[in-house]
Amino acid sequence: MRLTWFNITSLTFGFAFLYLPMVILVVYSFNESRLVTVWTGFSTKWYGEIFSNAAFMDAAWVTLKVAVFSSSIATVLGTMAAYVLVRGGRFLGRTLFSGMIYAPLVMPEVITGLSLLLLFIGLGLDRGVLTIVLAHTTFSMCYVSVLVSSRLVTFDRSLEEAALDLGCTPFDAFRLVTLPIIAPAVISGWLLAFTLSLDDLVIASFTTGPAATTLPIKIFSAVRLGVSPEINALSTIMIAIVTVGVISASLISKRKYVLQQEEERNYGRDSV
Amino acid sequence: MRRFFFIAIPYLWLLALFLIPFAIVLKISLSDMAMARPPYLPQFSWEDGVWSFLSQLDFENFVFLTTDNLYWKAYASSLQIAVVSTLLALLIGYPIAYAMARAPEEWRATLMLLVILPFWTSFLIRVYSWMGILSQEGYLNQLLLALGMISEPLIILNTKVAVYIGIVYTYIPFMVLPIYAALDRLDRSLIEAAEDLGCSRTQAFWLVTVPLSRNGIMAGCFLVFIPTLGEFVIPSLLGGSGTLMIGKVLWEEFFNNRDWPVAAAVAVVLTLILIIPIVLFQRNQQKQIEAES
Repeated sequence: MRLTWFNITSLTFGFAFLYLPMVILVVYSFNESRLVTVWTGFSTKWYGEIFSNAAFMDAAWVTLKVAVFSSSIATVLGTMAAYVLVRGGRFLGRTLFSGMIYAPLVMPEVITGLSLLLLFIGLGLDRGVLTIVLAHTTFSMCYVSVLVSSRLVTFDRSLEEAALDLGCTPFDAFRLVTLPIIAPAVISGWLLAFTLSLDDLVIASFTTGPAATTLPIKIFSAVRLGVSPEINALSTIMIAIVTVGVISASLISKRKYVLQQEEERNYGRDSV
Repeated sequence: MRRFFFIAIPYLWLLALFLIPFAIVLKISLSDMAMARPPYLPQFSWEDGVWSFLSQLDFENFVFLTTDNLYWKAYASSLQIAVVSTLLALLIGYPIAYAMARAPEEWRATLMLLVILPFWTSFLIRVYSWMGILSQEGYLNQLLLALGMISEPLIILNTKVAVYIGIVYTYIPFMVLPIYAALDRLDRSLIEAAEDLGCSRTQAFWLVTVPLSRNGIMAGCFLVFIPTLGEFVIPSLLGGSGTLMIGKVLWEEFFNNRDWPVAAAVAVVLTLILIIPIVLFQRNQQKQIEAES
């Protein structure tokens, strides 16, 4: 297909719009001056500053802990919920259940945060890492569930039925047949839940107490006062991690896809 | 037995951490503010009985929302900002999606990856990156001054314009992806047929391409509009004190004024407003699924 000038222009401007702000941020994180908008010379000193800043390092540690726990619990619960929704048949309150899976996806974060905070206060729970984990698990399990159920819908049910016919219990059929097939969706669900948790400012602000500050909360309170070179350096590190992660993930899945295609082709030849 | 646990565990989790909290918000929105901990009345107690508890609830906070101009303005300006940014996102997103769908086959996976990549980057950082660009001594003003296009710096940061830019920037992938999906499915021979029958390229675009990508356009618009309405981070970092948005008002009501009942009432009204676009979105998706099958 041929690209017209119009299409080339819109692609160029579109992607410049998407990427230029982040490129500028990365470039200026190596600026020596504290006045961020004036370039005075190359320096990596802000990276040193951010790594020696104990408050930021503590916040990063809290964020990582919350993300690992909440995304792991959310993956288990979300996969269960997806399985129930797609394969569970009818049960009492199914409509309510699917409503509760989809509602958090569209609920504004301020409302989710406020309502969870009011619950935690009502229960008299001390707010900190535990309450953020509970909050993050709740909204990210819904994302996991949507991802996994879209995979479950497309896969061949007869495989499960065969396992059942051959004497598997429904749970074994799930564990031995279904789970390995939906594993890629479950893994992407975990990754999505993990990123959502790392990224969340609003819900964490509502549900945390003085004991636990996450990185987004720390960044937010720092940038409210204006642009700062330390935050530029921190942002650059985060952008670098995400870029490397996403690109390698897509390369791996592409490789897998190619290998799978080859295998299927070989299989086809053998059977002929 | 195992089936029971499979259903019960996620079900109870969502009941306890989604539905009950929302019921609490509803209840507190009907309560009165009090100088106590927690700062609202009445407290529920079994001794007094359910009826005496219910009789103390009233719609005072909702009446208060209608009498104070601040809330009207905040809801109205949230709606206005959400509508304008959605249209801007469509205007910018459609050509990108269109060009992606027309790009050579072997580019498309990479282009998709490039659209999705910002999703995985921190939302907060993406919004923050515009602060340095739009501020008075920021990169944009420096560039325009150096080019001689302006004689004094433009004031963009802390205005609505900055909020529009921030929203369009962070939500544009939500617009591009569904439109791209719709255009990618579109049968090219229909456009060729239109051209053979005497349509000009522009006519064919407006009469064939746009109507056939309608579902994608609708989905994209809702995906931008719905989260924008309750947005907090963008107006508070880029909008300054002059930009009212309901998410920000709720936050301030809760954290700064410590008026929980009013914050809860603001949340309930926002939810009610959101129900309309969400139902419309659901219908649109349903129609699309039916059209495909």
